[in-house]
Amino acid sequence: MTNIDRRAFIRGAAGIAALGVSAGFPALVLGAARRVVVVGGGVGGATAAKYLRKLDDTISVTLIERKPSYTSCFMSNEVLSGERTLQSLTFGYDGLRRHGIEVVQDTAVGIDPLQKIVQTAGGGKFQYDACVVSPGIGFKWEAIGGYTEEVAATTVPHAWNAGPQTELLRRQIEAMPEGGRVIISAPPNPFKCPPGPYERASQIAMYCKHHKPRAKIIILDPKDAFSKQGLYLEGWRKLYGYGTDNSMIEWISAAGGGKIEEIDPETLTVQAEIEEFQGDVVNIIPPQKAGAIAFAADLVEGDWCPVDKRTFESTRHKGIYVLGDASSAAKMPKSAYAANSQAKVCAAAIVNRFRGLEPGDPTFVNTCYSVVGEDFGISVAAVYGLNSHTNTIEPIPNSGGVSPANASAEIRKREVSYAHSWFKNVISDMLE
Amino acid sequence: MKRDDTMSKHVRNLLLAVLTLLPAAVMAGPSGQALSFTCAGCHGTDGSSVGPSMPAIAGMDPEVFVDAMKDYRLDKRNPSIMNRIAKAYSDEQFKEMAWFFASQRLHLQPQVTDAALAKRGAELHQKHCEKCHEEGGRPGDAGTLAGQWMPYLQYTMQDFLSGKRDWPRKMKRKVDAAIEDDGADAVSALIHYYGSQH
Ligand SMILES: Cc1cc2nc3c(=O)[nH]c(=O)nc-3n(C[C@H](O)[C@H](O)[C@H](O)COP(=O)(O)OP(=O)(O)OC[C@H]3O[C@@H](n4cnc5c(N)ncnc54)[C@H](O)[C@@H]3O)c2cc1C
Ligand code: HEC
Ligand code: HEC
Repeated sequence: MTNIDRRAFIRGAAGIAALGVSAGFPALVLGAARRVVVVGGGVGGATAAKYLRKLDDTISVTLIERKPSYTSCFMSNEVLSGERTLQSLTFGYDGLRRHGIEVVQDTAVGIDPLQKIVQTAGGGKFQYDACVVSPGIGFKWEAIGGYTEEVAATTVPHAWNAGPQTELLRRQIEAMPEGGRVIISAPPNPFKCPPGPYERASQIAMYCKHHKPRAKIIILDPKDAFSKQGLYLEGWRKLYGYGTDNSMIEWISAAGGGKIEEIDPETLTVQAEIEEFQGDVVNIIPPQKAGAIAFAADLVEGDWCPVDKRTFESTRHKGIYVLGDASSAAKMPKSAYAANSQAKVCAAAIVNRFRGLEPGDPTFVNTCYSVVGEDFGISVAAVYGLNSHTNTIEPIPNSGGVSPANASAEIRKREVSYAHSWFKNVISDMLE
Repeated sequence: MKRDDTMSKHVRNLLLAVLTLLPAAVMAGPSGQALSFTCAGCHGTDGSSVGPSMPAIAGMDPEVFVDAMKDYRLDKRNPSIMNRIAKAYSDEQFKEMAWFFASQRLHLQPQVTDAALAKRGAELHQKHCEKCHEEGGRPGDAGTLAGQWMPYLQYTMQDFLSGKRDWPRKMKRKVDAAIEDDGADAVSALIHYYGSQH
């Protein structure tokens, strides 16, 4: 294209609207350096911290994270099949430090919305002009009889926050006798990573197919439908004999009695609505709610944190923004890509606020890949806009959706490769 | 990298020129920047994918970009996912994003390549491809080949050769000629050559 063509190309609105938040004065010009304190260095928090500095490097950003490094849940089901190690999912915060972000290893225990101070377990007090909270999920321990934090850490892992429990579950599966039985109890909606329990069953099956071909994986579900269901079933039929007497995976829906009430950790017996199930390995993914700090800071209504979806500012306390799994961001699912996308909308809104500008119209994307088995990848994608009348984030009509049914083997294989590349790019976009 | 730098400088100057003419906030729907930020989880921050297969789109020629997005919206180019995404945007939004990505610097990463194959690929490229894919396939009006992630180039060539993606005008003849020269190795030699540039 010649230079003249290029000029013609941008004439009109195109070149202008491309500017987004950069079309203003840096916050510093308008007064003293603005301070943002970010609580939680997961997908939402880390991405927000990075993009705040990227959009305006006069803003001082402090990230408070209780762990020294981040271990991603996304791709952690591949630890269960032995495809990767937990180490390969663990990343430090030096990349964020290189962006000029102060990373503090501590646990936030309270937020004072009037004094605008975040307090930490270590006794720190951090003054803010805007506070971003992205603490992820907590568990409703009271929901399942006999299931406690201690049981989860020792005998019946949830492995729904990637870490030692992910490795414990992997060891249990490896140690299970040939012909053994794995029980996965899926949580009710809404929960972190809607396709996750089914991806987990698939990854365990992928391992068992080679190492314990007579093993059974039973998913007990309190729901009658699940994310990407048609595609999972297609994959399970093709790879694991689903629908035959020899199916490696069995899915028991709510109607079939899949909701569980109690676990006996001694005998690994689960009491479901209709029958009891005994397993060699039991994985309970409990019902979920926002992380503890969201409750401590009075940001919650019901189980999750209501927000203004144009900015992700809490509707309960001005100046505090809640992102990711902890927020109630319907109709976006609780996923890494969603948290990453929300964080950029929030960062831009904060920068605009500091500059005395109105927030722009938000746009969001969610995508999620699942590897069902060797060379069998599937995905879901959605692009969303804001319906400001109902304060809901709605998919743009006639776009998005799941991978086509019965796609070619070649496309299914490409989606495995793209799943792994998705992972690298999400991690790099949040931490590097 | 040289051409790449000057091109983005050129684009940046244009952007600056536009910027100075602007009132503080012109907003009609999401900004081009906001739209483009949503792509980063797959294509990398500002379009520089860290691989190993998602294509980089930073520095991409804006017309090639818009053509690609329009094709995806029509389910063309044998996409695995881009068709579902492209359907969400208007032509105007494609242009805004095209402009955003064209003005981003492309950061390339080293890839594992076979030196002998890459050397042969360079010769084939000079003979058959350089005319349209100038300067070894650096970003230009026939897209980006130099430094592009090799699995993506592999899929793309496979799609051209199997008829799943329409050939750009006059390109088929040249690819056929390259295959005539070197047989089945020609395509992989070319890909190793592109992958070896960073
Ligand atoms: C098995 C599994 C598979 C998944 N696969 C995918 C996938 O393929 N694609 C996808 O998009 N998503 C996937 N997800 C979901 C994804 O991991 C989450 O949606 C995402 O991490 C949410 O980001 P977040 O910022 O809300 O929370 P998190 O990423 O969980 O981050 C929260 C952070 O806050 C810290 N923290 C919490 N409280 C405090 C405090 N008081 N003080 C200081 N620090 C605190 C925590 O240590 C943590 O680092 C998966 C999840 C699971 C469990
Ligand atoms: C879920 C991951 C994902 C997201 C999100 C995504 N892309 Fe893509 N993109 C891909 C993949 C994969 C390809 C290769 C084609 C395919 O298989 O669909 C691609 C190809 C492209 C290409 C063609 C590149 C070339 O060299 O010809 C362009 C342009 C593009 N995407 C633009 C975008 C834009 C703009 C956005 C954001 C609005 C976006 N993509 C969001 C995964 C993604
Ligand atoms: C006559 C001009 C011409 C010649 C010669 C040519 N190409 Fe192309 N090629 C194009 C154009 C134009 C495009 C972009 C069109 C589009 O996006 O559909 C393209 C696109 C491509 C792409 C896809 C890039 C992408 O991002 O998806 C590849 C790969 C490619 N060419 C390889 C080659 C190779 C290898 C040769 C030499 C053997 C070659 N081309 C010769 C014009 C040419």
